[in-house]
Amino acid sequence: MDQHSAPDIALDGITKRFGDTVAVDDVSLEIPKSSFFAMLGPSGCGKTTTLRMIGGFEDPTEGRIELAGQDVTRVPPYRRDVNTVFQSYALFPHLTIERNVAFGLQQKKVPKAEARKRVAEALELVHLEGMAHRKPNQLSGGQQQRVALARAIVNRPRALLLDEPLGALDLKLRRQLQLELTRIQRDVGITFVHVTHDQEEAMSMADTIAVMNKGRIEQLGSPTELYERPRTAFVANFLGVCNLMEATVVARHSDVVELDTADGARLHVAADRVNGSAEGGRLRVGVRPEKLRLAPVGQASGTNVLRGHVTDASFLGVMTHYVVQTAAGASLTIVAQNDGGEGLELIGPGREVDVTFSPKHCFVVEEEHDDA
Amino acid sequence: MRTTWDRVRDAALGVWAVAALVYLFVPIFIVALFSFNDNKGRFNFTFQGFTLRHWEHPFAVEGLQTAFVNSLVIAALATLIAVILGIGVALATIRYRFRGRTAIESLVLLPLATPEVVLGAALLSLFLVGGVVRGFVTILLAHIMFTLGYVVLTIRARLEGMDLHIEEAAMDLGANEWQTLRKVTLPLIAPGVAAAGLLAFAISLDDFVITNFVSGQTQTFPLFIYGAARQGLPPQVNVLAIALLLIIVALMFLNLAVQRRAGQRDAAASAVLVR
Repeated sequence: MDQHSAPDIALDGITKRFGDTVAVDDVSLEIPKSSFFAMLGPSGCGKTTTLRMIGGFEDPTEGRIELAGQDVTRVPPYRRDVNTVFQSYALFPHLTIERNVAFGLQQKKVPKAEARKRVAEALELVHLEGMAHRKPNQLSGGQQQRVALARAIVNRPRALLLDEPLGALDLKLRRQLQLELTRIQRDVGITFVHVTHDQEEAMSMADTIAVMNKGRIEQLGSPTELYERPRTAFVANFLGVCNLMEATVVARHSDVVELDTADGARLHVAADRVNGSAEGGRLRVGVRPEKLRLAPVGQASGTNVLRGHVTDASFLGVMTHYVVQTAAGASLTIVAQNDGGEGLELIGPGREVDVTFSPKHCFVVEEEHDDA
Repeated sequence: MRTTWDRVRDAALGVWAVAALVYLFVPIFIVALFSFNDNKGRFNFTFQGFTLRHWEHPFAVEGLQTAFVNSLVIAALATLIAVILGIGVALATIRYRFRGRTAIESLVLLPLATPEVVLGAALLSLFLVGGVVRGFVTILLAHIMFTLGYVVLTIRARLEGMDLHIEEAAMDLGANEWQTLRKVTLPLIAPGVAAAGLLAFAISLDDFVITNFVSGQTQTFPLFIYGAARQGLPPQVNVLAIALLLIIVALMFLNLAVQRRAGQRDAAASAVLVR
């Protein structure tokens, strides 16, 4: 990737208000060339509005939008070098598939012969070679989705904007099209900006994810970064199950920080996870369920040990889901891989257990700043 | 088991249905019948023998041709202008949120709910106060006004069922506002526009009450019939009335056929979208 060129898309302090509601609140980000960028968040978090502002369908109330270093904030959609794949596909029902895909090229006055060649290539890319002369209503939902993709990609835009493109499809088709989208992105090398509320979809496809909540970007990073080192409780919870425990800093060492939980247990957290909290500072320590280990009382060894009793154990074959209640009343979710063959008879509901985890598997999230 | 009562009820239903149809169609049949009446003298009230004479010379009565042509020209112009305005109003009120939108929506529909005499009288005093010479232009203006509501209503219904993103997609692919309207929006709302035009044409063509107030010296077909009726209607009026009826029925069937084809297309398309 060319380090010196401007990012494909840059947002600078973008805010969008609809009357009194703030849909997007001071969002700034840069999307580098040829990346697969996902905007992830619950409905109403502002991700679609942000995408629509990049596409030119909404004017930002404040802020600047740049495409390849060019200010396009007030430029209409038809003069922006990006194309959108709409959630409803928005195919032209009165035109054949071929003419749907050729629409953008015709607008750009691409010579007929070249246009025909590019349309054929685009249809081939999405495996719809034989459908050129059909009307959109003669195609299944998945096929219409591919046409929408071909219609956008055929224009070779600077970036492709995908607004929940798989939202209307069933699970099996979604998985299949997710793989195909990733392949197509790799093949054509165009920047993809993918809006979704499905964390698995975002994590499996994107190289960078912006997690959005209440119109703001909560955290931006790679899928592993977001999963292993979430900085807020929202991100931690949105990207999977997580266990959060209130704790107070009691000592700082060079490699670990020692904290006490409400029930008096001593926790050790890798020092690089705890920024700037002095002794006596209150924090929330998080651990993912698969990083926790269960052991019968007294048999546990390790730096972090929490005493509790099992309240629920469900055996799922590949793994077992445990819920453990600690002495302080916190409820921990634990996922144990079924790699040893021992199951429920060993640690069943009602049993006293020790829960252990490594300091390097902990993360620390900020206290909730509820502005409600 | 069919009881006697069932049979009686079925028969009664049949008689009732036929009676209803007769009630609806006898007047039209009489009009059609008397267009073939070989009438002697001014009156056309008793059937005196069959002739094609009036069909061969439909304009043999003085002033009838002018009135008939006036009506057609006014209806065509009013329809054209009302449809163009109506597309604009419908698009604006459905697509955009702006101050005064609800006001426009209800004001456009107000003439539909206002009694025609009231509208006609109001227009007359407006033209009198404004010193406007009444005639062709004032009739045209009045007709555009009272057909506009029907046009907006019909086109809006069509637009409401349309996915907004389709127009955004066109703009996304490089079509500006005007190209989007021409290449995407208009083709998609065409059936609604056709239906609206047909409705406006039919309403304009047979309007008497409002036209009577604002016509001045200009004659339209309904005004001519009203005037002629006092001295006995010439059979040519029947001829033209039936001819108009046939033309409008033919247009309606044409529109229906086109819409049915488009409807099948849309039903399938929306079925996929709904999933």
